[in-house]
Amino acid sequence: MEQARSLRLMLAAAGGALALGGFLALPPGTAVAQQKAIKIGFISTFSGPTAVIGNDMRNSFELALDHLGRKMAGLPVEVIYEDDQQKPEVGKQKTDKLIESDKVDFIVGYIWSNVLLASLKSAVDAKTFLITSNAGPSQLAGELCSPYVFSTSWQNDQTPQAMGLYMNQKGVKTVFLIGPNYAAGRDMLAGVASTFKGQVIGQELTKWPDQLDFSAELSKARAAKPDAIFVFYPGAAGVQFLTQYTQAGLKGQIPLYTAFTIDETTLPRQKDLALGVPGAQQWVNDLPNEQNKRFVADYIKKHTGSRPSFYGAQSYDAGHLINSAVVAVKGDTAKKEDMRKAMVNADFKSVRGNFKYGNNHMPIQNFYLQDVVKDQDGNFVLKTVATIVENDQDRFHDKCPMK
Amino acid sequence: MIYFIEQCLNGVQLGMMLFLLAAGLTLIFGIMDLVNLAHGSLYMVGAYFAATFVGWTDNFLLGVALALVATLIVGMAVEVVAMRRLYGRDHLDHVLGTFGLILFFNELVRLLWGPAGMTLPLPAWLNVAVPLLPGLFYPLYRLVIIAVTIAVALFLYVLVMRTRLGMLIRAGASNREMVGALGINIKLLYTLVFGLGAALAGLAGLMQAPILTVQIGMGENILIVAFVVIVIGGIGSIRGAFVASLFVGMVDTIGRAFFPDLLRLILTREAAATAAPALSSMLIYLLMTAVLVLRPEGLFPVSNR
Amino acid sequence: MIAAPNARNLLVPALLAFLLLLPVYTSLSGNTFLLTLFTRILILALAATSLNLILGYGGMVSFGHAAYLGIGGYAIGILASEGVTSGFVQWPIALAVSALAALVIGLLCLRTRGLYFIMITLAFAQMIYYVGAGLARYGGDDGLTIQRRSQFGGWLNLSNKTMFYYLCLALLLATIYLVWRLVNSRFGMVIQGARSNERRMRSIGFPTFRYRLTCFVIAGTLCGLSGALLANHTDFVSPAMMYWTRSGDLIVMVVLGGMASTFGPLIGAVALLVLEEALSGITEYWQIILGPLLLLVVLFARRGIDGLLDVSIFPRLSPAKALEAKVGRG
Repeated sequence: MEQARSLRLMLAAAGGALALGGFLALPPGTAVAQQKAIKIGFISTFSGPTAVIGNDMRNSFELALDHLGRKMAGLPVEVIYEDDQQKPEVGKQKTDKLIESDKVDFIVGYIWSNVLLASLKSAVDAKTFLITSNAGPSQLAGELCSPYVFSTSWQNDQTPQAMGLYMNQKGVKTVFLIGPNYAAGRDMLAGVASTFKGQVIGQELTKWPDQLDFSAELSKARAAKPDAIFVFYPGAAGVQFLTQYTQAGLKGQIPLYTAFTIDETTLPRQKDLALGVPGAQQWVNDLPNEQNKRFVADYIKKHTGSRPSFYGAQSYDAGHLINSAVVAVKGDTAKKEDMRKAMVNADFKSVRGNFKYGNNHMPIQNFYLQDVVKDQDGNFVLKTVATIVENDQDRFHDKCPMK
Repeated sequence: MIYFIEQCLNGVQLGMMLFLLAAGLTLIFGIMDLVNLAHGSLYMVGAYFAATFVGWTDNFLLGVALALVATLIVGMAVEVVAMRRLYGRDHLDHVLGTFGLILFFNELVRLLWGPAGMTLPLPAWLNVAVPLLPGLFYPLYRLVIIAVTIAVALFLYVLVMRTRLGMLIRAGASNREMVGALGINIKLLYTLVFGLGAALAGLAGLMQAPILTVQIGMGENILIVAFVVIVIGGIGSIRGAFVASLFVGMVDTIGRAFFPDLLRLILTREAAATAAPALSSMLIYLLMTAVLVLRPEGLFPVSNR
Repeated sequence: MIAAPNARNLLVPALLAFLLLLPVYTSLSGNTFLLTLFTRILILALAATSLNLILGYGGMVSFGHAAYLGIGGYAIGILASEGVTSGFVQWPIALAVSALAALVIGLLCLRTRGLYFIMITLAFAQMIYYVGAGLARYGGDDGLTIQRRSQFGGWLNLSNKTMFYYLCLALLLATIYLVWRLVNSRFGMVIQGARSNERRMRSIGFPTFRYRLTCFVIAGTLCGLSGALLANHTDFVSPAMMYWTRSGDLIVMVVLGGMASTFGPLIGAVALLVLEEALSGITEYWQIILGPLLLLVVLFARRGIDGLLDVSIFPRLSPAKALEAKVGRG
């Protein structure tokens, strides 16, 4: 009896100490007056199979800060990285925390369209600038556009639209579409369908992100006998899809056209399975401008064994976009309207070459055809083959009420 | 037709995987009267061990064997350290305690292996498709999974029905006190049974790893389905677990495969694609509810104390 | 009857005072995050209090209580996305739907016992989760953003953080009071009696099924209210709020705080969420501590924090207690 009682007292004491310590460790209110820093919140996925994308984005963003001397307008830069675990509600929670607790000046990142859409209202309501360096849902380019949101990537439909144009060039008459059932997946398949002149004879949307087994969809595609299959599966799902596509014996039989399925994060695992499978992108690592050469070279130097992907290139650009805004207001981040005006000009050297913003703060840019080749060292790399379309603007900009 | 056969095979394969998990769960519940929510964590641990050992030894079979042994050891360790103290308590205590273990294991795995997850690639000789029928190519690996689990089921049958240990297990399920009173080392028996359950869960995890991925929390989804299976089959009955897991595996797979097409007759494509996996997931729970209402003891109730 | 000076009688009033004065502190210090955090704590404490009614007092281990959070939340979300933003319409509907769901689920589940009851409540919660995930029109798995919070005309502005906080606090205290009255009434006696020995209650002549069903429905409705508040708080609903692990979190709050105690669920919610928030600032691996802590609570501190608070501050001052100690308790 006594033993139980003293045990309980110990537990109580431990609990009390923990609670007190915990409470004292709670984030404080306004920070003690210190040297002002530019605070940036970065939301991406750092756990689970798509963590490789998040890491690439982080590495590239860090590289951008290195190239800027880790200062913007003379003020030090502080970045807080948060993991959205690929879940909309977690992403939203982290966004809220960055805005309310850490009081960041900018929020960057967002791989996934559904995470972005869940977090959008928090940023817009708080008038905190949000730079998406990947996700580009159609709603964001249209009715949900906001003066506080900018993109350094693209609108989801644009890349598959370019692929649709390319398929027309290649004389493809019928296509079977496969993609994940979430905001971006639906956008992608709709994008192809909008420019493809032939017939879409089948479409399958799979459960995202759980379903990594595509045998059912591949069987259906095979049974439909299309001229080509178009697929969108980012990250590890792309590796799985290509593996199963090859395993099902489809590789020689039905040509595959992709968007965001083959990139530098997945290529190391896809290897020769990706040979001969074309994709479209607004940035490929061999684009011939100065800043891109520097970005790719320094990335390879800093992270031996890996190359940056388009996710990273977009995040790199985001760093420079933010810098252009901060420099324009000489570090006074309270001048939001001035920062916005600076960012609208897209007055920085992008690794994809210079581009302009549309009324909805989405880039108007070129899209290139990328192909997989083996370089002289035997590595699999992506190469720019042709320009599919120049100065392409997304098709939702009319729905955006901004001028 | 080919497509239908393929889906049936997929259903059998899923059912077999569920059986591995359910068998362990039902054994542990039947004999120790312990509700073990952390079973999914052992599933995850098995997959992580396999990915690690295969990576170190570069030999698939060796890595898998090592992973099984490691999971067995972890299972027995968990039993000795934590589970022992929960025997005889209220089921709510089991639920809470093992829920705590889930949190602990998730974090431990994250600490040791990092948050990004792992991959377990198949060796080339397994990564082929075999022609079963003209026009039907089925991945060899999935056939291997089915074969292995059937072998395990037979092994369990022989173990429980024909060996002395199995006799003790059956006796312990019927009347625990009596078995203890007869001088059998009940503690050791329990540890072994728990270890066996853990090994089964680990086997399920590592076999699924090449098809899905190895990541933190991978056990949580499938754990609930495993519980559904043992409730339908009858808690404590391995035969019930076998039948129920096949049943549930088939219902889930066929549902996911054909429901969208059915729904597309009524709804738009996106709505059908969103609703179908959800509704077919619901099917399993509806099934369980029906069983609980009509036959509360499950399909193969174990005659009890 | 003057309450003996034990730890509980000091802690609970202190906690309540803290909660009452928190917005004053946050408006002075500018730390709105703390206000947001504690609003969330209050909302989940309401849910935990409703769970305590059936779990702590009624002995019904429902592993699907988070479903009502989702039902209440989605009622608000769906109505808002269809253009119905008046709180006077939304909230009664949310409560009614939650009550109806609890009635149906209770009718089907309350015939079972023990592990089967746990499983079948879990099954229903998962089914509702999958229904939510299957609603393509309302976002499915991606969730649904609520563009405008519930409007109450000129009466209440839910977008005002302080006002919203006090609303949640008021509703929480009202719920705690309601549960306290219920439990100490004849109704409550029957419920607690049924938890201990149902057969005896029935033989005395109480239709225990009806009592338990009523209890279940009340708990579900209160949790639906919590869901409506949560939807307004986060401006977002998603099926994830209903996943079975969320029900587990609620159970943890109730047990950690102290089952069958008045303020236990509130204490449990505060403890769990403050710990979560604070520890995650120190180390990202904090759950490695929480997991075993839970196990320890189950093994050694079964009555939760409230049980630990049964410590007399001045043991020697109370003659009754001194006599008790001498004579010895059972």
